[in-house]
Amino acid sequence: MAFNFELPNPATENVQVTLGEQDLVARSASSVPPPARQLTPVAKLIDISKCIGCKACQSACLEWNDMRQEVGTNHGVYDNPEDLTPSMFTLMRFTEWVNPETQNLEWLIRKDGCMHCADPGCLKACPAPGAIVQYSNGIVDFVHENCIGCGYCVKGCPFNIPRISAVDRKAYKCTLCSDRVAVGQGPACAKACPTHAIVFGTKEEMTQHAATRITDLKSRGFANAGLYDPPGVGGTHVMYVLPHADKPELYANLPKNPKISAVVELWKGLAKHAGVWAIGAFTAVGFLHHLVSGANRVSPEDEENAKRLTRSARP
Amino acid sequence: MTAYDVQPGDRVNPGDPVTVSRYTVAARINHWITAISLVLLALSGLALFHPALFFLSGLFGGGQSARAIHPWIGVVLFVSFFGLFIRFWRANLWRREDGTWLARLRDVLSAHEERLPEVDKYNAGQKAVFWLMSILILVLISSGFAIWDQYFAAYTTIEQKRFAVLIHSMAAVVIICVWIVHVYAAIWVRGTIGAMTRGQVTGGWAWRHHRRWLRKLVGKAG
Repeated sequence: MAFNFELPNPATENVQVTLGEQDLVARSASSVPPPARQLTPVAKLIDISKCIGCKACQSACLEWNDMRQEVGTNHGVYDNPEDLTPSMFTLMRFTEWVNPETQNLEWLIRKDGCMHCADPGCLKACPAPGAIVQYSNGIVDFVHENCIGCGYCVKGCPFNIPRISAVDRKAYKCTLCSDRVAVGQGPACAKACPTHAIVFGTKEEMTQHAATRITDLKSRGFANAGLYDPPGVGGTHVMYVLPHADKPELYANLPKNPKISAVVELWKGLAKHAGVWAIGAFTAVGFLHHLVSGANRVSPEDEENAKRLTRSARP
Repeated sequence: MTAYDVQPGDRVNPGDPVTVSRYTVAARINHWITAISLVLLALSGLALFHPALFFLSGLFGGGQSARAIHPWIGVVLFVSFFGLFIRFWRANLWRREDGTWLARLRDVLSAHEERLPEVDKYNAGQKAVFWLMSILILVLISSGFAIWDQYFAAYTTIEQKRFAVLIHSMAAVVIICVWIVHVYAAIWVRGTIGAMTRGQVTGGWAWRHHRRWLRKLVGKAG
């Protein structure tokens, strides 16, 4: 198979930027013209069976994105920091699990981060035009200058990924290194991974590569090994090879069948349209009623009656 | 004993024409703080609710500031409306005649006051607006705290926030509709707005729309 694990070193001359505004297929709270070309869908494949938990991906992520994660405290687990943060876009989540069938202690390490859903809940929920965009290669990116910090993306996301910065009140998450992909490179985490547990390529290549990995895992006794590319969100552009694909929850609560919450769908669907319609209808009925029935005016007789009533009370 | 709907400051001023004092200065200031807050909340809230209305955030200096200021205006509205609630709740207690009035809504809308029972300080429509506003403001402030992530993100789960934001938006739509009814009624029934600007209405207005209240005030004066 003509697929290279090693991501090429960056070109130093004639760098072509191949990802831009013209490649948007979706833009939050606004629309985009259909793109003239379709980029090849890309994907990052994370093979959990090959991960050694070294956190090189986390370091590479911080370095490439020029972020600094504050030195924290030990919480008694390997996860460091404890959770995703506005500067830590990816996080190794460690789970110790005793397999009831083999009585083996299995150390499950999942690299958490944005899954780059084909049907992104964050983008659906976002009220700020252009703060979240989706490219035709599948990358879902946050455009910080348009972000208003409302946190609606947090509610839209089925994977609990976006984090709001306490410094600039803007949402942050993994970009799939869209800036690197734009110039023909792969994500920093994939570049740094010493065991090729993280690989990057076209979605088709990654799916094929996953298939060979799954065959290998099955031959080693992981009967339920499989690919995590959940259809509930239209598939994702970050995929996992899971040794226990029948129980994704084992891996630090990776959702079994993620989809955009029905509550979010209702809020951003029916409620949004019906709401504006209702307000318009009430206004229109008001105008119509006034047009038809005219003003309700006090008559001179009313004033006269009031005067008579007032006088009658005063002897 | 004072009637439930005769409030401090309500009084008939004999003359030509007769005028009736309906709202004290304090009540009017209280009302207008609430009104301005509600309008600002509706504008900033609608900006975040529908993409076609996002431009309204420009009135507040952009999306970031609209998002930041909206909940604070909500707090102002809540405190201010609480003042109105204390002032007005008693006069808005539901009475048997209010059911009759509501049942004859057709006569109300066609301005056939003569076919309606004599009305106290507030008619059933006004009472409905009052109680709906009270309930909706409670719903809005509590769901609002659940999505005020700048300070309270840690106190609710994401799933709770999803419900809160849906409830908040639907309650907001309803309260805007109630507000439209409120404003329209004040415009349609001529002579009403003076009650909230100068604090007074004419005797004829009170005779036509709130006759039983007027009788009580006249009785008290005499």
